[in-house]
Amino acid sequence: MAKVEVKVCLGTTCFVMGGNNLQELNDIIPQKYGDKVEVMGSNCLGLCSINWEYSKAPYVKVDDEVVTEATVEKVLEVIDKKLG
Amino acid sequence: MAGQAIHLKKEILVRIIKAFLSDNFEEQTRLIPFAMRPKGMEVPYRCCIYKERAIIKDRTIAGLGFPIEEDDETVSLGTYAKRALERTEIDDKNLTVLQAACKGCATNRIYVTDLCQGCVARPCTTACKFGAVSIVNGKSVIDDEKCKKCKMCVNACPYNAIVKITVPCEDSCPVGAIKKDETGFASIDYTKCINCGRCTAACPFGAVHEKSQIIDILKAIKSEKKVIAMIAPSIAGQFPGNIYQLKSAIIKAGFDDVYEVAQGADITATNEAKEFVERMEKGDSFMTTSCCAGYNQLIKKHLPEIKPFVSDTKTPMYYTAELVKKEFPEAVAVFVSPCVAKRAESFENKNVDYVMNYEELGALFIAKQIQIMDCEPAKYAVESSKQARNFGFTGGVADSVKSALNDEESIKPCIINGLNKDSIRQLKKYATSGTCEDGCNMVEVMCCEGGCIGGNATINNQKTAKKLIEQLSNESKDIEKI
Repeated sequence: MAKVEVKVCLGTTCFVMGGNNLQELNDIIPQKYGDKVEVMGSNCLGLCSINWEYSKAPYVKVDDEVVTEATVEKVLEVIDKKLG
Repeated sequence: MAGQAIHLKKEILVRIIKAFLSDNFEEQTRLIPFAMRPKGMEVPYRCCIYKERAIIKDRTIAGLGFPIEEDDETVSLGTYAKRALERTEIDDKNLTVLQAACKGCATNRIYVTDLCQGCVARPCTTACKFGAVSIVNGKSVIDDEKCKKCKMCVNACPYNAIVKITVPCEDSCPVGAIKKDETGFASIDYTKCINCGRCTAACPFGAVHEKSQIIDILKAIKSEKKVIAMIAPSIAGQFPGNIYQLKSAIIKAGFDDVYEVAQGADITATNEAKEFVERMEKGDSFMTTSCCAGYNQLIKKHLPEIKPFVSDTKTPMYYTAELVKKEFPEAVAVFVSPCVAKRAESFENKNVDYVMNYEELGALFIAKQIQIMDCEPAKYAVESSKQARNFGFTGGVADSVKSALNDEESIKPCIINGLNKDSIRQLKKYATSGTCEDGCNMVEVMCCEGGCIGGNATINNQKTAKKLIEQLSNESKDIEKI
C-alpha cells in the first residue's frame, strides 16, 4: 500500500492563522502510524491565494484531500479514514 | 487564547488592512461584517446572523483603534474608518472590552450542583466559616450574600458536588483590575491595570481587545515619512524563516528600515551589569531588572516599595528608539511587540511613535501576500549578541547581565517567571525585608510566564519559539564584558 502523505503548509498565512499548533503532528504521526504515513512541512501550498481564502487557513493536505482550518484532530480523522 | 476567538480577531485585522489598501477604505470597512457573515450563511457562534455581524462590528471598532464601550451602535464602521484616518492622537487606554460577549459568562460564585447527595455528615455546612451554607429540602444551598468564595465547602464535599464558577478574565488578572460589575459586564480599572494582557488571552469569548494602531501605522507608511520597525528579540521564534528574511519581509510590507531591539538589549545588559557592580559596592543587598514593561507598571501602580531596588537602566526598546531617532530624527519609529504592556511604555517615551504587535504584523503580511520564506535575507546594520537575542525568554536577561560581568561568580540570580498573586507577594516581601532568599542578589522579573515568548500577542507556541530563538542566538557572538 502506498504511503499516505501529509503536507503541513508552512506559508506565512497558515503559520500566522494558527499553523504553529500543527507542529505536534511531527511527533504524533510517526508514533501513531509508524511508516504508513509520512508527514512533512511544505512551502506555501498556494491555497490561501485562491479566492483570497486566508480565513480558512491553516491548510493541510492529506494526499489530495485539503483540510481547511486544520487542527491536529481534524488531520488525524482524515488519515484514519484513508487508512480505513 | 482560545483558538477560534484569536482566529476571528486576526481575520478582522487582515480585512481592515485590506480595506485600507483598497481604493475605498470607508466602504470596504463598513462591509466587513457582511463579508464575514454573508446572507444565508450558517451561523457559527451566536443566536442569529445579525448578532454575529454586530459582534464583528464591535471587534472591528477595536481594530480601528477605538473603544468598543463607547459605541452607541448608531455610528457606521465607515464613519469609524474615516475617524481613524483623520485622527492625529492615539488613545492611551490600551484595552477595550466587547461587553456583549460578557453575557455568556456567569458571575464569579460558588454553586451547588445536582450532584449534592444531601448527606448526613454535611461537611459543607461545618466547613463554612461564614454561615453561608444551609440545607433546604435536604440539599445544600449557598447564600450569596454571606459567601466569601473561600472554597472551603468546595474542598469539603466528598462528592465534588460544589463548584466554583470562575470568570476567566478576573481569575487571570494578577492585580484585580478587571471585574464583572453588577450589570454583568466586565470593565477595566485603568488605575490598577498593568497592561499585562493576561485577560485578552484568558477570555474564551475573546472579549478583551487591544486597541490597534495599525491604521495610524499604515497612514505613516503611505506618507512621505521614513517609517522604521524595531523588532523585539522574541520575534525570532514567531514567524517562518529567519530574522534576516523577516527584515526583507517587513521592508516589503512598506517599512523603510528594520532595527533589532536586541541591539538595545546589548546596551541594557551592559548598563545593568555596571549598575549591579556599583550597587553591590555601595552595599545594596539585591537589584531587580527593569526591562519588562508589565513589571514597571506593577512597580508604579502597586509595588512602589520595591523601587529603590529596581535597576535605573532603561529598556532595550528605549535604547533602540534613541538610536533610531538620533540617526533619523524625522522618522516614525514603530515598536513591534509581543505584548500590550509595551504600548503603555511607548506612551511614556517620545521616541516611540507606535506599537504594532506580532498578530498585527502577521495580518499585514497576509494582507500583502508576503511569503517570508521566499524573501532574500537582509543584513542588520549592527549584529546583536547571543545574550541580547535571548532577552525574550525567562532567564535570558539575568544570564546576559551575568555574561557581561568580569566576575561572573559575583552574581547570584533568581527568577520571577510570571507575575501572579504569589510572585507579587514574594516581591513585596523582598522589598519590605530588604533581602532575597538564598543569598540571591539579582532578581530577574518577567511579567509573562516564560518571558516575552509568553506575551499575549505571540503567534507561536513557547516551546518551538524558544527553540527557534536559540537556533539564532547560538550562531551569534558573545556579549562584551564591561
